Amino acid sequence: MPLFDKKDKSRYATFTRRSLGLGGGMTMIFAILSGRLYQLQIRDGEEYKAEAEDNRVSERLIAPPRGRILDRFGVELANNRRNYRVMIVAEQAKDGVATALDTLSKVIQISDAQKKRITQTIAENKKFMPVPVAENLSWEEFSRINLHLPYLPGVQPDVGETRDYPYDLEMVHILGYVAAVSPEDLKGDDDPLLTQPGFRIGKRGIEKAFDREVRGEAGASRVEVNAYGRVIRELGHQDGVAGQDVWLTIDADVQKYAARRLGNESAACVVTDVATGDIIAMASTPGYDPNLFNVGITPDQWKGLTQHDHKPLLDKVMSGAYPPGSTFKTVVATAAIESGLADADYRVSCSGAITLGNHTFHCWQHRGHGSLDVEGGLKNSCDVFFYETARRLGIDKIQETALKLGLGAVTGIELPGEKSGLIPSREWKMRRYKQTWQQGDTVSVGIGQGYVTVTPLQLALQTSRIASGLNVSPRLVHMVGNQMRQRPTPAPLDISAEAFTKVRSGMNKVTNEPGGTAYAYRISEPGFEMAGKTGTAQVRAYTEGQNGGAITKNADLNWKLRDHGLFIAFAPVAQPKYACAVIVEHGSDGHPQCLMARDILLYTQKRDPLGKPTAYPLKAAANSVPAEDKKSGGI
Amino acid sequence: MAIRAYAAAKRTLSLAEKLTDVNWGLVLLITVIACCGFAMLYSVAGGRFNPWATPQILRFMVGCLILVVVALIDIRVWMSLAYPAYGLALLLLIAVVVVGHAGLGAQRWISLGPVELQPSELMKVSLVLALARFLHRKSVEEVSKPLNLGIALAMIGVPAMLVVMEPNLGTTLIIVMDGCALLFLAGLSWYWIVPALTAVAIAIPTAWEYVMHDYQKARVMTFLDPEADALGAGWNITQAKVAIGSGGISGKGFLQGTQSRLNFLPEKQTDFIFTNFAEEFGFVGSVALLILFAVVIFYGLQIATSARSHFGRLLAMGITLNFFFYIMINGLMVMGLIPVVGIPMPLLSYGGTAMLTVMFGFGLLMSVHVHRQVEIPRYSGGII
Repeated sequence: MPLFDKKDKSRYATFTRRSLGLGGGMTMIFAILSGRLYQLQIRDGEEYKAEAEDNRVSERLIAPPRGRILDRFGVELANNRRNYRVMIVAEQAKDGVATALDTLSKVIQISDAQKKRITQTIAENKKFMPVPVAENLSWEEFSRINLHLPYLPGVQPDVGETRDYPYDLEMVHILGYVAAVSPEDLKGDDDPLLTQPGFRIGKRGIEKAFDREVRGEAGASRVEVNAYGRVIRELGHQDGVAGQDVWLTIDADVQKYAARRLGNESAACVVTDVATGDIIAMASTPGYDPNLFNVGITPDQWKGLTQHDHKPLLDKVMSGAYPPGSTFKTVVATAAIESGLADADYRVSCSGAITLGNHTFHCWQHRGHGSLDVEGGLKNSCDVFFYETARRLGIDKIQETALKLGLGAVTGIELPGEKSGLIPSREWKMRRYKQTWQQGDTVSVGIGQGYVTVTPLQLALQTSRIASGLNVSPRLVHMVGNQMRQRPTPAPLDISAEAFTKVRSGMNKVTNEPGGTAYAYRISEPGFEMAGKTGTAQVRAYTEGQNGGAITKNADLNWKLRDHGLFIAFAPVAQPKYACAVIVEHGSDGHPQCLMARDILLYTQKRDPLGKPTAYPLKAAANSVPAEDKKSGGI
Repeated sequence: MAIRAYAAAKRTLSLAEKLTDVNWGLVLLITVIACCGFAMLYSVAGGRFNPWATPQILRFMVGCLILVVVALIDIRVWMSLAYPAYGLALLLLIAVVVVGHAGLGAQRWISLGPVELQPSELMKVSLVLALARFLHRKSVEEVSKPLNLGIALAMIGVPAMLVVMEPNLGTTLIIVMDGCALLFLAGLSWYWIVPALTAVAIAIPTAWEYVMHDYQKARVMTFLDPEADALGAGWNITQAKVAIGSGGISGKGFLQGTQSRLNFLPEKQTDFIFTNFAEEFGFVGSVALLILFAVVIFYGLQIATSARSHFGRLLAMGITLNFFFYIMINGLMVMGLIPVVGIPMPLLSYGGTAMLTVMFGFGLLMSVHVHRQVEIPRYSGGII
């Protein structure tokens, strides 16, 4: 057989040709691989470098300590305490999160609801993110977890900080509370802290209004992590900025007394400094425990709070609007004197009722009061006197004075959710009801009924302005961090001193002259006497002939249908220092609101927070003038 | 020249002659590439020889020994052993389906005492040997005859079916590609090739629908859109691309690859070892490595085209192509150009059977080189 037969020659040629063809193909593949490397490493190299760096480096946020909230004497109203907690890292839980939680629940108590919440939080976060399982553990529980740690993969004990409110229910409406961040909180706030599991944000009150200030700024730790999120080493560290302290004008001691004095009534109380408008106490009862929201409120607890007929969640001081009742007579009296209507000779005769048009309006005193001047009208709280005075004044003058005294508009207190109340006017009625203002409307307004509503905060403001004659406005926050909140010295109100003197004198007679409607509730200790004005706000609609509430006794009625009891006062009479407004919703007979106001005002005067040096320079703020005033004055 | 060569072919070469005739340059080249592999295994272990680099070095040394021994054995001996080797590999493949135990979700391994064997790896070399022997006898015209083509396709198809049942898609692909390439090189008529390619184009969607396993489909789907499931199944591809891309032009430097060191790279010591190389040595290093691979293939082509026997040519080309297909599929896979199919990078990836079969293959290639002047009559069955 020939070695190189013809057939072999031809297939050798084919083989060589096709081998070279394949060689070309292989070269092409190598070119593709190199091209791809070019694409990945050179063209997109920077992008992938960034991604690799992103993989490698993880920014761990360090939550700054939340700023404290302090009262005027530096007493801590909200602070942070050690929070022994246990976290779970999904990725490190070798046998799954469910198993880890089951094992952990043998060591500490974990409810099914908690388990559900944890599982959900884990699903929403990256697998290496520690998610809190249980917080505020006792030292024993915490030690137990540490002891069993070898059998609890993925479980991390941790000492964090949690918000604590030493005065819980007594201060809750001022301070508000912190709770877990909700999706709404994330809108318009891109602070990375908010996305940290377990982070708490202010939800109400000062905690909400000054959340940005007390929150502080996150510190960051740049760490190298592996694919499972385990920290290999720290690359860099940046300290955060601690939250700022917020200093309130509140005196925790008076606040506590006031809240306790209101007791279980559905009530509100405000105590202010008449010269500055600074709020010394503002309590709304019943309160609730702010710590519940921090820990996580159960559906039952939440239901209990929302369905309670005393509305514990509502801050009645500024978010409750009530008819002012007879306390409004001080406004009408001021308007009457200021307008010149009630001059030295002005008297109205009360026979127990007055007929205006085809309506008969009754006085609460069916026997009638006889002839009264302004002070007498206030002292006796004579309805007929104020029906007639209001009729002759007209709504416009009353509205003007009411607005000057701080009613009918938000006072601008630093808390969210303030109501403005309502001082009606002709335009308002036309706008609201498409009806013209009637004389009967004015008459109702004259005794604080009809369309008028006010908040207890506005009542306290009104009383402060009457007591001092100054255009004060309420203030709760004195200082944030070390930054004083500047505001101008209150100027005298655009109402004559004579008017205020007369009204104050009338209010003095209410409490301190026999026959005054609140004479029984006077402060008899010399030097502490108060001047006040009672009020009753009708809740049910009176039918014709029942007017005055004499037909059906309040005590016989359903709680919900009883009248609201109001009282405004200032003290001491000679040199007014403190103003107080109290409202008891559906108060029982015996004027509990008057007793409360008396006790609170007496307590406040005896403690005299304004006479004590504050932990911050109070006077500096009160005397400071706005920057532009200083400039103009300097030339 | 021709006469001296002819004379050389006539007599049997002495051992010393054979040893000097071994292409030591190629052996050196292979060693350099393998050393890149050791360096990477050292790197991905966090700068330690254990657990991967040391065993791999030992295997490579054994592999070198095998290479030389295989190279020295007469090519005609290998020709005689072609069918028995094929038969043995086939039996082992059947055995693996019956008794093999599951590893990585697939039945690929068989235990022979202390040695874990992957018969599909053996099959790649055996198939090349057997087909080379079968086609050695066939003229260009005979290759395209239906009977011969049928036999050849059966030789490819039966092991391919067994491997796909394991299931091991990547190896099946390589077996089929090896076989088809040999048929092509043996001179298969274009009248067969064109319709066959058309048929494949039709068969792919059919296979998708009826043959492929869910995990294989998932891999394809993941490949098509890796970002859709970036933390799940798309993780491998995404992270591999990040690793390669982040290497940039000159790389992060030896032992500085963060993607692998921090475990972002999956299968970093096996299938995805190239990504670590690309991360640490960048575009410059990766292309240099590809060039080394290309030079090996060039050597293979040169050996194949200069062999005097048709068996030798087919064998050399088969081995070279097999080596190339590994590089191609692994390279395309880790760079995110084709789906992940589980094919290691030859000489670099950690793995015993793969290393030994690759070195055995190079032994056969070298044997073809050493015995390039040996002529084998068309109807010879070898010398055993």
